[in-house]
Amino acid sequence: MTKVVAVTGNEAVANAFRQIEPDVCPAYPITPQTELMQRFAAFVSNGQVKTEMILVESEHSAMSACVGAAAAGGRVATATSSQGVALMWEILFIASGLRLPIIMPVVNRALSAPINIHCDHSDAMGARDSGWIQLWSENAQEAYDNTIQAFRIAEHMDIRLPVMVCYDGFIISHSIERIEYIDDVVVKEFVGEYKPLYPLLDIDNPKSYGPLILTDLYHEVRKAHSEVYKKVPKVVLEVAKDFEKISGRKYGLFESYRLDDAEIGIVILNSAAGTTKDVIDEYREKGVKVGLLKPRLFRPFPYEEVGKALSHLKAVCVLDRADAFGGSFGPLYLDISASLCNFKEKPVLINRIYGLGGRDYMPEHAQQVIEELQEISKTGKIKILKEYIGVRE
Amino acid sequence: MATPLNLKELSKQELRFTSGHRLCAGCAAPTVVKMILLAACDYPVVVASATGCLEVSSCISTYTAWKVPWIHNAFENAAATMSGVETMYRALKKQGKIDKDIKFIAIGGDGGTYDIGFQSLSGAMERWHNMLYVCYDNGAYMNTGIQRSGATPTYADTTTCPVGSAISGKPQQRKDLTRIMAAHGIPYVAQASPSHWTDLMKKVRKALEIEGPKFINVFTPCNRGWRTKTDDAILLSRLAVETCFWPLYEVENGVTHITFKPREKKPVIDFLKMQGRFKHLFEPGKERLLEQIQQTIDTNWERLLKESSPEENKE
Repeated sequence: MTKVVAVTGNEAVANAFRQIEPDVCPAYPITPQTELMQRFAAFVSNGQVKTEMILVESEHSAMSACVGAAAAGGRVATATSSQGVALMWEILFIASGLRLPIIMPVVNRALSAPINIHCDHSDAMGARDSGWIQLWSENAQEAYDNTIQAFRIAEHMDIRLPVMVCYDGFIISHSIERIEYIDDVVVKEFVGEYKPLYPLLDIDNPKSYGPLILTDLYHEVRKAHSEVYKKVPKVVLEVAKDFEKISGRKYGLFESYRLDDAEIGIVILNSAAGTTKDVIDEYREKGVKVGLLKPRLFRPFPYEEVGKALSHLKAVCVLDRADAFGGSFGPLYLDISASLCNFKEKPVLINRIYGLGGRDYMPEHAQQVIEELQEISKTGKIKILKEYIGVRE
Repeated sequence: MATPLNLKELSKQELRFTSGHRLCAGCAAPTVVKMILLAACDYPVVVASATGCLEVSSCISTYTAWKVPWIHNAFENAAATMSGVETMYRALKKQGKIDKDIKFIAIGGDGGTYDIGFQSLSGAMERWHNMLYVCYDNGAYMNTGIQRSGATPTYADTTTCPVGSAISGKPQQRKDLTRIMAAHGIPYVAQASPSHWTDLMKKVRKALEIEGPKFINVFTPCNRGWRTKTDDAILLSRLAVETCFWPLYEVENGVTHITFKPREKKPVIDFLKMQGRFKHLFEPGKERLLEQIQQTIDTNWERLLKESSPEENKE
């Protein structure tokens, strides 16, 4: 049924696109996303998919065309990175505000200045409150699996929201890994036929998209919009359950690794979670009760569930691959902190910023964090609340 | 058979842009939109609007003036948005999910077209989407309160380049967007004016019948921004054409035709003197500025005559 291959993360996601065959794919090149759309464009050129591409002149137009195409009444996907997300920013809010189920892999890359093409999470984090659902992926397999599930989540009639699938630039996008591909037919059946909702192309039932709404009703429209996000976690779990049936792979709102009996913990997103798990195994062998929580559904953030999963710990380090300049904490830290703030018993939290602009996250960085957490859990004292790690002296 | 473009037949057609919109009294934009949709009366159409006067006044809360499918995305992306709609149409048609022959019209003001939406427009035209882009050019950012745009005429008074003791309104020339669009090598580009309504509607109809990207720039007086009387929109449009401030022409497959040649080219002051935004030009000592405006118009008109097809020049 499944086929095992050795491919890059971008190739895996391009293959998911091939299997799903969106009706329209606007695309604009940006490193490290480029390879994904190049590979998909080859499927289009060879007649392997029915997709129409729009090779736009900017990411702003890519997202604008996505909005038009999705409102017209079909399945739409694009992909980008870094400055591309930043340029799309205005239209991201419009895509979610108009409830358009657009799928967009974000191949995470640092933001300028200075210009840097390598991985960090500043791009997707800058768009975390744009109303897009965000699924984060540790490796190429998760990027592929999340892409397939994203269509089902976005297009669910209770949701109808756009979804970003985030995976690490170069580390995942360009590294060759072992992947299990699901059969084309099975993927097609899983995703299903696209069901349009109020399509613009329904000429006999004209609809107006994008009205002006001022002080009389804007507040109410936004309140109604915010209610939709409450339904997302349930749908994400339902889709994950169905996905397990076709793949054998389990997905949740987040991954807990050796967390249940742990005393100290690390919270970390995407590829660095893999390295961290290895180091956790080493410390477990030494008898250190350390565990990990890796968020998958980052938006909407499952505060309650994450809070419950972490509240029994003594000390937690949240590792952010993006900084929030202006004296604040990393974006992941802020959400973890908010998840725990109303618990009576809760861990001490520290925030470490790592891996900006592709700086390697090494096992010794995880070791350093675990050592520090052990110290904090013994003394209850924090030396430094927020600090960069892996900085060259 | 196509509906003839005469008043008898057109008056029987349903208006697909209804009254009850909230555009200002005397605004030419709804007149232009009604003309466009009447010219398109034989086709189902989908319209995209850029943010602007027309957009904010035509679809508010649960009310819409559009009896055709309509989408507003943002300010600078009506062309890109419509390129998405049009591509989805082609995709679904190819799959046999749609069989109707639908036409796609994007409409933006001069700010959303000459300035902030220029890249989006240029890209959509270069990608050869089967759509008509109409710019309703009222010569400034009227929706936000009469700020200067790339389409604002030289020496016009605007709120961001107000007439003062040191500066006499906008010092620069207008961007000649119609020529720039013609330079894209697209099959059809035209300039039109609501004063010459059959000419405008013929151009829209011709554009819709041509495959590929089309652009029409429509002169659209704004009494609030121009400081003119509310019932002078059509008179001002006519004067703009008769003074050759706004020549009516089309560029079809690279060949330029002037579609209306004034019998007698009127002096531009006939057009300028009716407008409060040019009031300062009629103060003593400003004669040179008026002469300069006239010279620019003369130069551009001469160039257009030279560029137009030889048949036209024989007349």
